[in-house]
Amino acid sequence: MTTLQPPVAAGPRPAPPPARRDRRSWTGWGFLGPFVAVFALVFLAPIVYSLYLSLFRDQLIGGTTFVGLDNYQQALRDERFWAALGRVSLFLCVQVPVMLGIALLVALALDSGRLYGRNFFRVSVFLPYAVPAVVATLMWSYMYGTRFGLVGDLNDALGLSLPDPLSPGLVLASIGNIVTWEFVGYNMLIFYSALRVVPHSLYEAAEIDGAGQIRVITAIKLPAIRGALVIATIFSIIGSFQLFNEPSVMQKLAPNAITTDYTPNFYTYSLSFSGQQHNYSATVAIVMGLITMVIAYVVQLRGMRKGV
Amino acid sequence: MHKHSRRLLRGIGLVCALALGATACGGSDDGGSGPKNVSESDVRAALEKGGTLTVWAWEPTLKEVAADFEKEHPGVEVNLVNAGTGNDQYKALQNAMSAKKGVPDVAQVEYYAMGQYALTKQLTDLTGFGAGKLADQYSPGPWNGVKAGGEGVYGLPMDSGPMALFYNKKVFDRHGIEVPTTWDEYVDAARALRKADPKAYITNDAGDAGFATSLLWQAGSRPYTVDGTEVRIDFSDEGAKKYTGTWQKLLDEKLVAPVTSWSDEWYKGLGDGTIATLAIGAWMPANLASGVKDTAGDWRVAPLPQWEAGAEASAENGGSALTLPELGGNEALAYAFVEYATAGKGVDTRVEGGAFPATTAQLNSREFQDTKFPYFGGQQVNKIFAESAANVADDWSYLPYQVYANSIFNDTVGKAYISDTTLAEGLKAWQDASVEYGNEQGFTVEK
Repeated sequence: MTTLQPPVAAGPRPAPPPARRDRRSWTGWGFLGPFVAVFALVFLAPIVYSLYLSLFRDQLIGGTTFVGLDNYQQALRDERFWAALGRVSLFLCVQVPVMLGIALLVALALDSGRLYGRNFFRVSVFLPYAVPAVVATLMWSYMYGTRFGLVGDLNDALGLSLPDPLSPGLVLASIGNIVTWEFVGYNMLIFYSALRVVPHSLYEAAEIDGAGQIRVITAIKLPAIRGALVIATIFSIIGSFQLFNEPSVMQKLAPNAITTDYTPNFYTYSLSFSGQQHNYSATVAIVMGLITMVIAYVVQLRGMRKGV
Repeated sequence: MHKHSRRLLRGIGLVCALALGATACGGSDDGGSGPKNVSESDVRAALEKGGTLTVWAWEPTLKEVAADFEKEHPGVEVNLVNAGTGNDQYKALQNAMSAKKGVPDVAQVEYYAMGQYALTKQLTDLTGFGAGKLADQYSPGPWNGVKAGGEGVYGLPMDSGPMALFYNKKVFDRHGIEVPTTWDEYVDAARALRKADPKAYITNDAGDAGFATSLLWQAGSRPYTVDGTEVRIDFSDEGAKKYTGTWQKLLDEKLVAPVTSWSDEWYKGLGDGTIATLAIGAWMPANLASGVKDTAGDWRVAPLPQWEAGAEASAENGGSALTLPELGGNEALAYAFVEYATAGKGVDTRVEGGAFPATTAQLNSREFQDTKFPYFGGQQVNKIFAESAANVADDWSYLPYQVYANSIFNDTVGKAYISDTTLAEGLKAWQDASVEYGNEQGFTVEK
């Protein structure tokens, strides 16, 4: 490389002409611009708009007024919101371990290579994920029916008296069952693909050392897919906190068991679309978003602490 | 690097500020100037000029009316849109109104929902269009409905739902049960039916705000008192006690099928005789005839059971008006269509299609009352409906935010259907939640 410029003389450097500096900064923007525009429009603007909305209160009588942080105060004291959060937290604590446990078992079974008809099994476990959540919920709801559904038919045919899956005490478990059915395949795929990249030399080494299958799983496979486990857990936590489709569809069938504030998301939806409380709805959504972020972050920190 | 990231932040801030500004600019600019004046000649001129009308309605017989209207006025095109039934349409309508975009020229609104739109001036007051002089043409209940507790006229009544008891005669005959004339007899009939056939229920009820308020209305309860923005909500009067006392028995003894109306299960139950009666509005025949074909000839209609033997009280259940949203366009033309469909020739077309009118001329006409319905074994059911319409007390009012109140009915009163909570306690919880919401929305609400 050659340079046409003479060596820089010692002494005070002349200030570069202002026009040149300007041009330089604009060139940078030219490259950054498209990204910043899309980023601002798609990611930041909705959040900023929600924050903006959450500072106002729109009343049927009196119109819109600026209320500062009043909505946040109200949300923190809102029993309906906390009850909804408690419900999804319970859901999270029970459903997510069950779902991830099943997904892990299936993934390990597939990976063991001892399964007959592995591809068929893999596709059929994954298939429910391809069914839209609304359709899946409708399908299950028909089966849950105690008068004309599968439960009703079983009761009639076998003389049983199965409890009503749509009764208030069981409806959360029924939703959990649907969500598990939907997402086991998806999580299985995450685990399975993580297992596929474990080097075979490790298994061979384990075999030479005389390790059994259980030992291989606990000492090689599980540590190797730790990252995938953490990711799947975080996805599941976010999914649980955002629970909406299933209760929203099933509410038509069990209107008394599933209230309009059944989950935080359903509550914001009701606030906004039935109550015209867009501002308060935005506030609840922001508070819920913050809570989800904090919990997901804590899980990530804990999960990744020892390093992969 | 540091400098750059700061600049980047500044850029993002700028974009956000722009986004904010854009949203803030969409502020309100209501005219707020009294009722509009549109004379008959304006309407005639609009009809001659023609144009396109967007009508949001789910009423099935309007399709025929729109076609006739287009035929009569060649320049006019009516774009009939089904934006959902009831609450679904209100959600869409409210969204369009908030966005100030895509608001239809004409919208179907049920009487219970009118207060909310009228109060917030989202519906055009039709007094200036000369709607006031049509008052005599409609029966009092629906006319009271379009006035929404105020002085203006916020729509023209399209249909009404005076209540009656639809019952499956075949089921009643098979088990030798008498058709109840009072609600006490109704409870006895429910017990007898359940005993005769453990799978059969007298009716379905999974908690329905519209149904509960109609029964309260009939029982003489007046839970809502509305005077502008001053509202009183009280579910503890004598009428409410009658309702909770009787209905609690049905719930306690599990005599009503816990099936939501309009669900597949509901239609099945109506078709196979496991739901034996429906206390419902007079618009039901067309729905039964199309939705429950298997039982054609089995059903009959009787007057609504009474809270006191020998009384003749009735109530409205459902029913809707055609309204002109304030942000819609084409007012003169829209009014011409609304008048045609609800007071003009359109009414006959709709009655032929099985709708139940709100106009006294049709209600009282021989032809209307003498019509025999093959679905009801040739019974002249309109006679019973017309009688019921005349017996509706017209001093009932809904809340100015009844749409919201109804949406939380199952959260509160619904508890009585699935737990040890009583109906009276449920109503109290509904009252409290409605009071709280009203006060939050700027009303002065008392208990």
